[in-house]
Amino acid sequence: MNPTEYEYLRKFLKDNSGLDLSADKQYLIESRLLPLARKAGLSGIGELVQKLQGGARTVITDVVEAMTTNETFFFRDKVPFDHFRDHIMPEIIKARAAKRSIRIWCAAGSTGQEPYSLAMCLKDMGAALTGWRIEIIATDLSQEVLEKAKAGIYSQFEVQRGLPIQMLMKYFKQTGETWQVNPELRAMIQHRQLNLLHDFAQLGTFDVIFCRNVLIYFDQDTKINIFNRLARQIEPDGFLVLGAAETVVGLTDTFRPIPERRGLYKPNDPRAVAAKPALAGATPRLAVMAGR
Amino acid sequence: MKTCLVVDDSSIVRKVARRIVEALGFQVIEAEDGVEALVHCKKAMPEAILLDWNMPVMDGFQFLGTLRRMPGGDEPMVVFCTTETGIDHITKAMGGGANEYIMKPFDKDIVMAKFQEVGLIARDEQTAA
Repeated sequence: MNPTEYEYLRKFLKDNSGLDLSADKQYLIESRLLPLARKAGLSGIGELVQKLQGGARTVITDVVEAMTTNETFFFRDKVPFDHFRDHIMPEIIKARAAKRSIRIWCAAGSTGQEPYSLAMCLKDMGAALTGWRIEIIATDLSQEVLEKAKAGIYSQFEVQRGLPIQMLMKYFKQTGETWQVNPELRAMIQHRQLNLLHDFAQLGTFDVIFCRNVLIYFDQDTKINIFNRLARQIEPDGFLVLGAAETVVGLTDTFRPIPERRGLYKPNDPRAVAAKPALAGATPRLAVMAGR
Repeated sequence: MKTCLVVDDSSIVRKVARRIVEALGFQVIEAEDGVEALVHCKKAMPEAILLDWNMPVMDGFQFLGTLRRMPGGDEPMVVFCTTETGIDHITKAMGGGANEYIMKPFDKDIVMAKFQEVGLIARDEQTAA
Protein backbone atom coordinates (compact mmCIF):
# COMPACT_ATOMS: atom_id res chain seq x y z
CA MET A 1 0.00 0.00 0.00
CA ASN A 2 1.52 3.31 -0.99
CA PRO A 3 1.13 6.53 1.05
CA THR A 4 -1.47 7.96 -1.35
CA GLU A 5 -3.63 4.87 -0.99
CA TYR A 6 -3.27 4.99 2.80
CA GLU A 7 -4.28 8.63 2.92
CA TYR A 8 -7.24 7.90 0.68
CA LEU A 9 -8.39 5.06 2.99
CA ARG A 10 -7.92 7.19 6.09
CA LYS A 11 -10.10 9.93 4.69
CA PHE A 12 -12.61 7.44 3.29
CA LEU A 13 -13.02 5.76 6.68
CA LYS A 14 -13.24 9.06 8.48
CA ASP A 15 -16.01 10.24 6.18
CA ASN A 16 -17.96 7.01 6.06
CA SER A 17 -17.68 5.65 9.58
CA GLY A 18 -16.03 8.32 11.69
CA LEU A 19 -13.12 5.95 12.28
CA ASP A 20 -10.11 8.13 12.93
CA LEU A 21 -6.90 6.27 12.10
CA SER A 22 -3.58 7.81 13.02
CA ALA A 23 -0.82 8.00 10.43
CA ASP A 24 0.77 4.70 11.54
CA LYS A 25 -2.08 2.22 11.23
CA GLN A 26 -1.03 0.67 7.91
CA TYR A 27 -0.76 -2.76 9.58
CA LEU A 28 -4.36 -2.53 10.80
CA ILE A 29 -5.64 -1.68 7.34
CA GLU A 30 -3.60 -4.43 5.76
CA SER A 31 -4.63 -7.08 8.27
CA ARG A 32 -8.30 -6.27 7.85
CA LEU A 33 -8.56 -5.34 4.19
CA LEU A 34 -6.13 -7.67 2.48
CA PRO A 35 -8.29 -10.77 3.21
CA LEU A 36 -11.30 -8.81 1.99
CA ALA A 37 -9.56 -7.80 -1.24
CA ARG A 38 -8.52 -11.39 -1.87
CA LYS A 39 -12.04 -12.63 -1.21
CA ALA A 40 -13.35 -10.16 -3.76
CA GLY A 41 -10.85 -11.49 -6.29
CA LEU A 42 -8.73 -8.33 -6.26
CA SER A 43 -4.95 -8.29 -6.41
CA GLY A 44 -4.48 -6.19 -3.30
CA ILE A 45 -5.21 -2.97 -1.44
CA GLY A 46 -4.38 -0.85 -4.48
CA GLU A 47 -7.11 -2.42 -6.55
CA LEU A 48 -9.50 -2.19 -3.61
CA VAL A 49 -8.88 1.55 -3.40
CA GLN A 50 -9.66 1.85 -7.12
CA LYS A 51 -12.97 0.07 -6.53
CA LEU A 52 -13.77 2.49 -3.70
CA GLN A 53 -12.89 5.46 -5.88
CA GLY A 54 -15.18 4.00 -8.54
CA GLY A 55 -17.97 4.09 -5.97
CA ALA A 56 -18.63 0.32 -5.82
CA ARG A 57 -21.41 0.12 -3.20
CA THR A 58 -20.83 -3.38 -1.85
CA VAL A 59 -17.12 -2.80 -1.54
CA ILE A 60 -17.71 0.41 0.40
CA THR A 61 -19.93 -1.41 2.90
CA ASP A 62 -17.51 -4.32 3.21
CA VAL A 63 -14.54 -2.04 3.86
CA VAL A 64 -16.36 -0.05 6.55
CA GLU A 65 -17.55 -3.23 8.25
CA ALA A 66 -14.16 -4.91 8.15
CA MET A 67 -12.49 -1.88 9.70
CA THR A 68 -15.02 -1.20 12.46
CA THR A 69 -15.73 -4.68 13.78
CA ASN A 70 -14.28 -5.25 17.23
CA GLU A 71 -13.71 -8.23 19.39
CA THR A 72 -16.22 -8.54 22.16
CA PHE A 73 -17.29 -11.02 24.80
CA PHE A 74 -19.97 -11.64 27.39
CA PHE A 75 -19.80 -9.44 30.50
CA ARG A 76 -16.80 -7.70 29.01
CA ASP A 77 -14.78 -6.01 31.80
CA LYS A 78 -17.33 -7.34 34.33
CA VAL A 79 -17.30 -4.15 36.44
CA PRO A 80 -19.86 -2.22 34.32
CA PHE A 81 -22.29 -5.11 34.73
CA ASP A 82 -21.74 -5.15 38.50
CA HIS A 83 -22.50 -1.43 38.46
CA PHE A 84 -25.56 -2.10 36.34
CA ARG A 85 -26.90 -4.70 38.75
CA ASP A 86 -25.88 -3.14 42.06
CA HIS A 87 -26.13 0.58 41.42
CA ILE A 88 -27.94 1.56 38.23
CA MET A 89 -30.87 -0.83 38.35
CA PRO A 90 -31.78 -0.36 42.05
CA GLU A 91 -31.87 3.40 41.47
CA ILE A 92 -33.86 3.14 38.26
CA ILE A 93 -36.30 0.63 39.78
CA LYS A 94 -36.98 3.08 42.60
CA ALA A 95 -37.31 6.06 40.26
CA ARG A 96 -39.60 4.28 37.78
CA ALA A 97 -41.77 2.47 40.35
CA ALA A 98 -44.90 4.23 39.11
CA LYS A 99 -44.17 3.91 35.40
CA ARG A 100 -42.74 0.39 35.61
CA SER A 101 -40.89 0.71 32.35
CA ILE A 102 -37.20 0.87 31.49
CA ARG A 103 -35.46 1.70 28.24
CA ILE A 104 -31.85 0.70 27.66
CA TRP A 105 -29.70 1.45 24.63
CA CYS A 106 -26.56 -0.44 23.68
CA ALA A 107 -25.07 2.05 21.28
CA ALA A 108 -22.31 -0.28 20.11
CA GLY A 109 -24.14 -3.56 20.47
CA SER A 110 -21.78 -5.36 18.11
CA THR A 111 -22.37 -9.12 17.87
CA GLY A 112 -24.82 -9.09 20.77
CA GLN A 113 -22.75 -10.12 23.78
CA GLU A 114 -23.34 -6.82 25.59
CA PRO A 115 -27.13 -6.57 25.12
CA TYR A 116 -27.52 -10.26 25.98
CA SER A 117 -25.36 -9.81 29.09
CA LEU A 118 -27.66 -6.98 30.18
CA ALA A 119 -30.72 -9.10 29.42
CA MET A 120 -29.28 -11.90 31.58
CA CYS A 121 -28.64 -9.43 34.43
CA LEU A 122 -32.25 -8.26 34.19
CA LYS A 123 -33.63 -11.81 34.08
CA ASP A 124 -31.59 -12.68 37.14
CA MET A 125 -33.29 -9.88 39.06
CA GLY A 126 -36.45 -11.94 38.79
CA ALA A 127 -39.38 -10.75 40.87
CA ALA A 128 -38.09 -7.16 41.22
CA LEU A 129 -38.98 -6.59 37.55
CA THR A 130 -42.08 -8.75 37.18
CA GLY A 131 -44.69 -6.87 35.19
CA TRP A 132 -42.22 -4.22 34.03
CA ARG A 133 -41.92 -3.21 30.42
CA ILE A 134 -38.27 -3.56 29.47
CA GLU A 135 -36.85 -2.39 26.17
CA ILE A 136 -33.28 -3.03 25.13
CA ILE A 137 -32.29 -1.47 21.84
CA ALA A 138 -29.00 -2.66 20.40
CA THR A 139 -27.56 -0.70 17.52
CA ASP A 140 -24.50 -1.19 15.40
CA LEU A 141 -23.05 0.23 12.25
CA SER A 142 -22.58 -3.12 10.60
CA GLN A 143 -25.45 -5.11 9.13
CA GLU A 144 -23.42 -8.31 9.19
CA VAL A 145 -22.71 -7.89 12.88
CA LEU A 146 -26.40 -7.17 13.58
CA GLU A 147 -27.43 -10.38 11.87
CA LYS A 148 -25.15 -12.33 14.15
CA ALA A 149 -26.48 -10.49 17.19
CA LYS A 150 -30.06 -11.19 16.15
CA ALA A 151 -29.40 -14.91 15.67
CA GLY A 152 -27.69 -15.10 19.06
CA ILE A 153 -25.59 -18.07 18.00
CA TYR A 154 -22.10 -18.34 19.46
CA SER A 155 -19.20 -20.75 19.19
CA GLN A 156 -17.96 -22.82 22.10
CA PHE A 157 -14.98 -20.50 22.26
CA GLU A 158 -17.15 -17.38 22.46
CA VAL A 159 -19.38 -18.67 25.25
CA GLN A 160 -16.39 -19.46 27.43
CA ARG A 161 -15.12 -15.91 27.57
CA GLY A 162 -16.72 -14.06 30.43
CA LEU A 163 -19.87 -16.14 30.60
CA PRO A 164 -20.23 -18.12 33.84
CA ILE A 165 -21.21 -21.74 33.21
CA GLN A 166 -24.41 -21.31 35.24
CA MET A 167 -25.52 -18.54 32.86
CA LEU A 168 -24.70 -20.72 29.86
CA MET A 169 -26.81 -23.55 31.29
CA LYS A 170 -29.67 -21.22 32.15
CA TYR A 171 -29.92 -18.99 29.09
CA PHE A 172 -28.52 -20.95 26.13
CA LYS A 173 -29.48 -23.96 24.12
CA GLN A 174 -26.79 -26.21 22.69
CA THR A 175 -26.99 -27.14 19.02
CA GLY A 176 -24.05 -29.28 17.99
CA GLU A 177 -20.92 -27.19 18.34
CA THR A 178 -22.74 -23.92 18.89
CA TRP A 179 -24.85 -22.31 21.56
CA GLN A 180 -27.91 -20.16 20.95
CA VAL A 181 -29.43 -17.62 23.31
CA ASN A 182 -32.93 -18.61 24.50
CA PRO A 183 -35.89 -17.15 22.55
CA GLU A 184 -37.14 -15.43 25.72
CA LEU A 185 -33.88 -13.47 26.02
CA ARG A 186 -33.70 -12.76 22.30
CA ALA A 187 -37.22 -11.32 22.42
CA MET A 188 -36.05 -8.70 24.93
CA ILE A 189 -33.79 -7.02 22.39
CA GLN A 190 -34.48 -4.97 19.29
CA HIS A 191 -31.56 -4.80 16.87
CA ARG A 192 -31.21 -1.78 14.61
CA GLN A 193 -28.61 -0.53 12.22
CA LEU A 194 -27.31 2.86 13.21
CA ASN A 195 -24.31 5.03 12.48
CA LEU A 196 -23.53 7.16 15.53
CA LEU A 197 -22.44 9.95 13.22
CA HIS A 198 -26.01 10.25 11.99
CA ASP A 199 -29.05 11.58 13.80
CA PHE A 200 -30.38 9.18 16.41
CA ALA A 201 -33.10 11.36 17.96
CA GLN A 202 -35.74 9.01 16.57
CA LEU A 203 -34.69 6.34 19.07
CA GLY A 204 -36.31 8.34 21.85
CA THR A 205 -35.00 8.76 25.40
CA PHE A 206 -33.37 6.14 27.56
CA ASP A 207 -32.82 5.42 31.24
CA VAL A 208 -29.48 3.76 30.57
CA ILE A 209 -27.09 4.09 27.63
CA PHE A 210 -24.19 1.71 27.22
CA CYS A 211 -21.75 3.25 24.75
CA ARG A 212 -18.57 1.31 25.33
CA ASN A 213 -15.40 0.94 23.31
CA VAL A 214 -16.62 2.76 20.26
CA LEU A 215 -15.85 6.43 20.93
CA ILE A 216 -12.15 5.64 21.22
CA TYR A 217 -12.12 5.34 17.45
CA PHE A 218 -13.42 8.87 16.91
CA ASP A 219 -11.55 12.14 16.93
CA GLN A 220 -12.19 14.72 19.63
CA ASP A 221 -14.75 16.85 17.76
CA THR A 222 -16.76 13.79 16.80
CA LYS A 223 -16.70 12.56 20.40
CA ILE A 224 -17.95 15.90 21.67
CA ASN A 225 -20.68 15.95 19.06
CA ILE A 226 -21.82 12.43 19.99
CA PHE A 227 -21.77 13.16 23.74
CA ASN A 228 -23.89 16.25 23.22
CA ARG A 229 -26.41 14.32 21.17
CA LEU A 230 -26.40 11.39 23.65
CA ALA A 231 -27.25 13.90 26.37
CA ARG A 232 -30.50 14.69 24.56
CA GLN A 233 -31.49 11.00 24.49
CA ILE A 234 -30.99 10.33 28.18
CA GLU A 235 -33.42 10.88 31.05
CA PRO A 236 -32.23 13.54 33.54
CA ASP A 237 -31.72 10.81 36.17
CA GLY A 238 -30.38 8.27 33.67
CA PHE A 239 -26.94 6.69 33.37
CA LEU A 240 -24.32 6.66 30.66
CA VAL A 241 -21.79 3.81 30.71
CA LEU A 242 -18.51 4.21 28.83
CA GLY A 243 -15.60 1.87 28.16
CA ALA A 244 -12.54 1.69 30.38
CA ALA A 245 -10.43 3.81 28.04
CA GLU A 246 -13.10 6.45 27.53
CA THR A 247 -14.21 9.53 29.45
CA VAL A 248 -16.23 12.72 29.08
CA VAL A 249 -13.74 14.64 31.20
CA GLY A 250 -12.19 17.49 29.26
CA LEU A 251 -14.60 17.01 26.36
CA THR A 252 -18.07 17.96 27.47
CA ASP A 253 -20.03 19.22 30.44
CA THR A 254 -23.18 17.42 29.42
CA PHE A 255 -22.18 14.46 31.60
CA ARG A 256 -20.29 14.12 34.86
CA PRO A 257 -18.46 11.04 36.19
CA ILE A 258 -19.87 9.31 39.27
CA PRO A 259 -17.08 9.16 41.85
CA GLU A 260 -16.07 5.62 42.87
CA ARG A 261 -18.00 4.13 39.96
CA ARG A 262 -15.57 3.95 37.13
CA GLY A 263 -17.14 4.22 33.69
CA LEU A 264 -20.46 5.58 35.00
CA TYR A 265 -21.73 9.03 34.12
CA LYS A 266 -24.79 11.11 34.92
CA PRO A 267 -26.22 13.82 32.67
CA ASN A 268 -25.74 17.33 34.01
CA ASP A 269 -28.59 19.75 34.34
CA PRO A 270 -28.92 21.15 30.79
CA ARG A 271 -29.52 24.67 32.15
CA ALA A 272 -26.16 24.61 33.90
CA VAL A 273 -24.49 23.39 30.74
CA ALA A 274 -26.22 26.01 28.61
CA ALA A 275 -24.88 28.73 30.91
CA LYS A 276 -21.35 27.57 30.35
CA PRO A 277 -20.11 30.06 27.72
CA ALA A 278 -20.74 32.99 30.06
CA LEU A 279 -18.61 31.39 32.72
CA ALA A 280 -15.94 29.60 30.76
CA GLY A 281 -13.37 27.98 32.97
CA ALA A 282 -15.64 27.78 35.97
CA THR A 283 -17.73 24.88 34.84
CA PRO A 284 -17.11 22.30 37.57
CA ARG A 285 -18.13 24.78 40.24
CA LEU A 286 -21.12 25.82 38.19
CA ALA A 287 -22.35 22.22 38.06
CA VAL A 288 -22.08 22.03 41.84
CA MET A 289 -24.01 25.27 42.23
CA ALA A 290 -26.72 24.03 39.93
CA GLY A 291 -27.11 20.99 42.13
CA ARG A 292 -27.90 23.02 45.24
CA MET B 1 1.26 -19.24 47.00
CA LYS B 2 -1.95 -21.05 46.07
CA THR B 3 -1.73 -24.59 44.77
CA CYS B 4 -3.52 -26.01 41.75
CA LEU B 5 -3.83 -29.72 41.14
CA VAL B 6 -3.94 -30.50 37.41
CA VAL B 7 -5.60 -33.85 36.79
CA ASP B 8 -5.40 -35.21 33.25
CA ASP B 9 -4.21 -38.48 31.76
CA SER B 10 -2.54 -36.68 28.85
CA SER B 11 0.95 -35.46 29.69
CA ILE B 12 0.69 -32.89 26.90
CA VAL B 13 -2.49 -31.38 28.31
CA ARG B 14 -0.92 -31.35 31.79
CA LYS B 15 2.10 -29.54 30.41
CA VAL B 16 -0.01 -26.91 28.63
CA ALA B 17 -2.26 -26.49 31.68
CA ARG B 18 0.75 -26.22 33.99
CA ARG B 19 2.22 -23.41 31.95
CA ILE B 20 -1.07 -21.49 31.96
CA VAL B 21 -1.85 -22.02 35.63
CA GLU B 22 1.71 -21.19 36.72
CA ALA B 23 1.49 -17.96 34.77
CA LEU B 24 -1.62 -17.16 36.83
CA GLY B 25 0.51 -17.41 39.97
CA PHE B 26 -0.16 -20.96 41.18
CA GLN B 27 2.13 -23.72 42.29
CA VAL B 28 1.18 -26.76 40.21
CA ILE B 29 0.93 -30.43 41.17
CA GLU B 30 0.04 -33.02 38.54
CA ALA B 31 -1.97 -36.21 38.72
CA GLU B 32 -2.70 -38.73 35.95
CA ASP B 33 -6.02 -39.99 37.23
CA GLY B 34 -8.58 -39.65 39.99
CA VAL B 35 -6.90 -42.04 42.39
CA GLU B 36 -3.57 -40.25 42.17
CA ALA B 37 -5.40 -36.94 42.62
CA LEU B 38 -7.06 -38.22 45.81
CA VAL B 39 -3.65 -39.17 47.23
CA HIS B 40 -2.51 -35.57 46.75
CA CYS B 41 -5.69 -34.20 48.29
CA LYS B 42 -5.31 -36.39 51.37
CA LYS B 43 -1.81 -35.00 51.89
CA ALA B 44 -2.85 -31.38 51.42
CA MET B 45 -5.98 -29.86 49.94
CA PRO B 46 -5.12 -27.63 46.98
CA GLU B 47 -7.00 -24.35 46.49
CA ALA B 48 -7.81 -25.23 42.88
CA ILE B 49 -8.31 -28.40 40.86
CA LEU B 50 -8.35 -28.43 37.06
CA LEU B 51 -10.07 -31.70 36.29
CA ASP B 52 -10.35 -33.86 33.21
CA TRP B 53 -13.39 -36.12 32.89
CA ASN B 54 -12.31 -39.25 31.02
CA MET B 55 -9.33 -40.93 32.66
CA PRO B 56 -8.37 -44.53 33.40
CA VAL B 57 -8.58 -45.99 36.94
CA MET B 58 -10.89 -43.27 38.30
CA ASP B 59 -12.55 -40.64 36.14
CA GLY B 60 -13.03 -36.99 37.00
CA PHE B 61 -16.66 -37.28 38.02
CA GLN B 62 -16.01 -40.16 40.41
CA PHE B 63 -13.07 -38.24 41.84
CA LEU B 64 -15.25 -35.18 42.41
CA GLY B 65 -17.85 -37.19 44.32
CA THR B 66 -15.20 -38.76 46.54
CA LEU B 67 -13.42 -35.44 47.09
CA ARG B 68 -16.57 -33.62 48.18
CA ARG B 69 -17.24 -36.31 50.82
CA MET B 70 -13.70 -36.07 52.26
CA PRO B 71 -12.94 -33.92 55.31
CA GLY B 72 -12.10 -30.49 53.89
CA GLY B 73 -13.07 -31.72 50.44
CA ASP B 74 -15.57 -28.93 49.95
CA GLU B 75 -12.79 -26.34 49.99
CA PRO B 76 -11.03 -26.66 46.62
CA MET B 77 -12.50 -24.86 43.65
CA VAL B 78 -13.00 -27.55 41.04
CA VAL B 79 -12.96 -26.54 37.40
CA PHE B 80 -13.69 -29.30 34.92
CA CYS B 81 -11.61 -29.18 31.76
CA THR B 82 -12.85 -31.77 29.34
CA THR B 83 -13.77 -32.70 25.78
CA GLU B 84 -17.19 -33.67 27.13
CA THR B 85 -19.05 -30.60 25.89
CA GLY B 86 -22.64 -31.82 26.03
CA ILE B 87 -25.12 -30.00 28.23
CA ASP B 88 -25.94 -33.31 29.97
CA HIS B 89 -22.33 -33.65 31.13
CA ILE B 90 -22.17 -30.01 32.19
CA THR B 91 -25.38 -30.33 34.19
CA LYS B 92 -24.14 -33.53 35.82
CA ALA B 93 -20.79 -31.97 36.75
CA MET B 94 -22.31 -28.83 38.24
CA GLY B 95 -24.86 -30.93 40.12
CA GLY B 96 -22.01 -33.09 41.41
CA GLY B 97 -20.23 -30.16 43.04
CA ALA B 98 -18.04 -28.64 40.33
CA ASN B 99 -17.57 -24.87 40.48
CA GLU B 100 -16.91 -24.13 36.82
CA TYR B 101 -16.59 -25.94 33.52
CA ILE B 102 -14.19 -25.57 30.63
CA MET B 103 -14.91 -27.19 27.29
CA LYS B 104 -11.73 -28.24 25.49
CA PRO B 105 -9.94 -26.91 23.54
CA PHE B 106 -8.97 -24.23 26.01
CA ASP B 107 -6.49 -21.38 26.15
CA LYS B 108 -5.06 -19.04 28.74
CA ASP B 109 -7.90 -16.52 28.41
CA ILE B 110 -10.53 -19.14 29.14
CA VAL B 111 -8.71 -20.57 32.17
CA MET B 112 -8.11 -17.06 33.47
CA ALA B 113 -11.78 -16.09 32.97
CA LYS B 114 -13.00 -19.21 34.76
CA PHE B 115 -10.52 -18.82 37.64
CA GLN B 116 -11.70 -15.22 38.04
CA GLU B 117 -15.30 -16.38 37.94
CA VAL B 118 -14.83 -18.63 40.99
CA GLY B 119 -12.66 -16.07 42.81
CA LEU B 120 -9.35 -17.96 42.59
CA ILE B 121 -7.67 -14.93 41.09
CA ALA B 122 -8.56 -11.27 41.26
CA ARG B 123 -10.09 -9.59 38.28
CA ASP B 124 -7.85 -7.20 36.48
CA GLU B 125 -8.84 -3.62 36.46
CA GLN B 126 -11.03 -3.07 33.44
CA THR B 127 -9.00 -3.87 30.39
CA ALA B 128 -8.63 -1.13 27.86
CA ALA B 129 -9.93 -1.96 24.41
